[in-house]
Amino acid sequence: MWEYTDKVKEHFLNPRNVGEIENPDGVAEVGSLACGDALKLTFKLDENKRIKEAMFKTFGCASAIASSSALTEMIKGMTLEEALQVSNKDIAEYLGGLPDEKMHCSVMGKQALEKAIENYKGAPAVEPGAKIICECFGVTDKEIERAVRENNLATVEEVTNYTKAGGGCGNCHDAIARIIEEVRSGPKTDTRPKLTNLQKIRLIEETIEREIRPSLRHDGGDIDLIDVIGNRVIVATRGACAVCKASDITLKHFVEHRLKELVSPDIIVEEVAK
Amino acid sequence: MKTIYLDNNATTKVAPEVLEAMLPYFTELYGNPSSMHSFGGQVAQKIRIAREQAAALIGASPEEIIFTSCGTESDNAAIRSALATQPEKKHIITSRVEHPAVRILCAQLAAQGCRITELPVDKEGRLDLQNLEKSMTPDTAIVSLMWGNNETGVLFPVEEASAMAHERGILFHTDAVQSTGKIPINLKNNTIDMLSVSGHKLHAPKGIGILYVRRGTKFSPFMIGGHQERERRGGTENTSGIVGLGKACELAAKNMEKENTYVRKLRDKLERGILGRIPQSRINGDTGNRLPNTTNISFEFVEGESILLLMNELGICASSGSACTSGSLQPSHVLRAMGVPFTMAHGSIRFSLSIYNTEAEIDFVAAQMPAIIERLRGMSPYWDAQAQAGKINK
Repeated sequence: MWEYTDKVKEHFLNPRNVGEIENPDGVAEVGSLACGDALKLTFKLDENKRIKEAMFKTFGCASAIASSSALTEMIKGMTLEEALQVSNKDIAEYLGGLPDEKMHCSVMGKQALEKAIENYKGAPAVEPGAKIICECFGVTDKEIERAVRENNLATVEEVTNYTKAGGGCGNCHDAIARIIEEVRSGPKTDTRPKLTNLQKIRLIEETIEREIRPSLRHDGGDIDLIDVIGNRVIVATRGACAVCKASDITLKHFVEHRLKELVSPDIIVEEVAK
Repeated sequence: MKTIYLDNNATTKVAPEVLEAMLPYFTELYGNPSSMHSFGGQVAQKIRIAREQAAALIGASPEEIIFTSCGTESDNAAIRSALATQPEKKHIITSRVEHPAVRILCAQLAAQGCRITELPVDKEGRLDLQNLEKSMTPDTAIVSLMWGNNETGVLFPVEEASAMAHERGILFHTDAVQSTGKIPINLKNNTIDMLSVSGHKLHAPKGIGILYVRRGTKFSPFMIGGHQERERRGGTENTSGIVGLGKACELAAKNMEKENTYVRKLRDKLERGILGRIPQSRINGDTGNRLPNTTNISFEFVEGESILLLMNELGICASSGSACTSGSLQPSHVLRAMGVPFTMAHGSIRFSLSIYNTEAEIDFVAAQMPAIIERLRGMSPYWDAQAQAGKINK
């Protein structure tokens, strides 16, 4: 069992500000179902441009819910400039600390806050120029850089505890090590807008539901979305498709083609191992 | 607050009869069974009885029973022995859903030059024996397949699998840690060469286990340093643990029917109660072929650790296959191998019952779960999105 502080338990059992503000001034979604935690943050400003109200909806473990609750309490009454100064460390400290393996929950809060403020300012909801480093959890170089800088992280394991990056297949460990190295020497940038993971998964789900499933059902088959890992879309074929010799062709030429067209040209469709 | 313990695949309560049988070995009967004096010798006699009790539960002969420290040690000893006694063979066949005691050992052996085949399972968690047939080679040293899965309770056809391995002269081991005492096992009726048992899963204490090794099977010990257990496991006997496990095996044989009637009925009632009250919930694993005490239920769009902690507030103990509970960031390898969608895998809860559970407890849990799931779904951004899409009738 995790050793949570009383404050974490209290915020988990009695979370503050659960819900969604109608017509919010700022909104952000971070995380994904695949990752096991996700947060939707909304806030509204008063006439003095201070945060009047902040609300959250969170899918995740106790520390994710407690971090979200703490965040919404902390930023109430702040100006946006003040709110931007709130770091993931502040969230963790507010809760009396989090287990090392759960620090990523506080980072998720920080990310949601930044994105919601960017959203208010009219910026795209996604950080421009970010590149996915950890495909398993969809963590970008920018997120890793920030976590390393703000928390003075030195090892890949610490980065995993704070961002989840590197916690899956482990293929990105070298890339993470390079980022740690770079942050300690100097910054660099490039630009390329992209969908958030949450937006991407939703879009994939909608595309399957609307564009793909009806055709397959017509032939007595069906398809289920199993996982999204970076640009890899893992599906399971059901019914007639599951035993059809041509199902590989269907996957590549129909399912993948539609997803490339409607979601992202980088999508690769794979069938879950039977 | 009263504890409602539905986590018996993690560990079980020591049966009062077992504790009673063990206590003298902590006090007056502290002799070493290897001693030449009768003070120690009387303990050796009790170990002999315990060995007979253990053998009787699984249809073995007493000399085929090696007492170990736990199921993990038994698994390690079995697989390492197969490699040590057949140094020319380097291939191991196992499955994707084995307990870490087998999986992680095999991963380490792979790094040391062994070839490992992990047989897949289908979405109900079932094994296709044709895959086993295709995977066996002259280089295969051992096939190790679990009997009952600890997370889903799904049973593998290990008796058929052992016959297939035997036909090719390949050793067969099964991790029967979860199935021993829950389903009838008779090693006289099959060709299983080695079988692992853990005491604390059947109402004996932690720190005692069994490795069954069929008579005539070559065995190379893992623990070196003493003549104990017919030179197959060195180390002074855990006398109290062995006596306790013997008693637990005797009780398990007596309770086998209750396990498959009373416990099964409670499990089924719990399932019906939960699935009937909570939309978007489902059972993971082949419901037609499971341990009688286990159910693994997924609640879509909520996360397992949060569910467990809210259950904990009510004194209800269970487990989850979610990433957050394991600390590994990925949901359970068993659910992933079964291709359970991630919307379901993160919200999976395993309830595992025992003969000590009551119908009142099951009714209480089934009545409380809907509020727990609703409360978390009320906070989940995904549940809301689903409701708005009109897919769900809340």
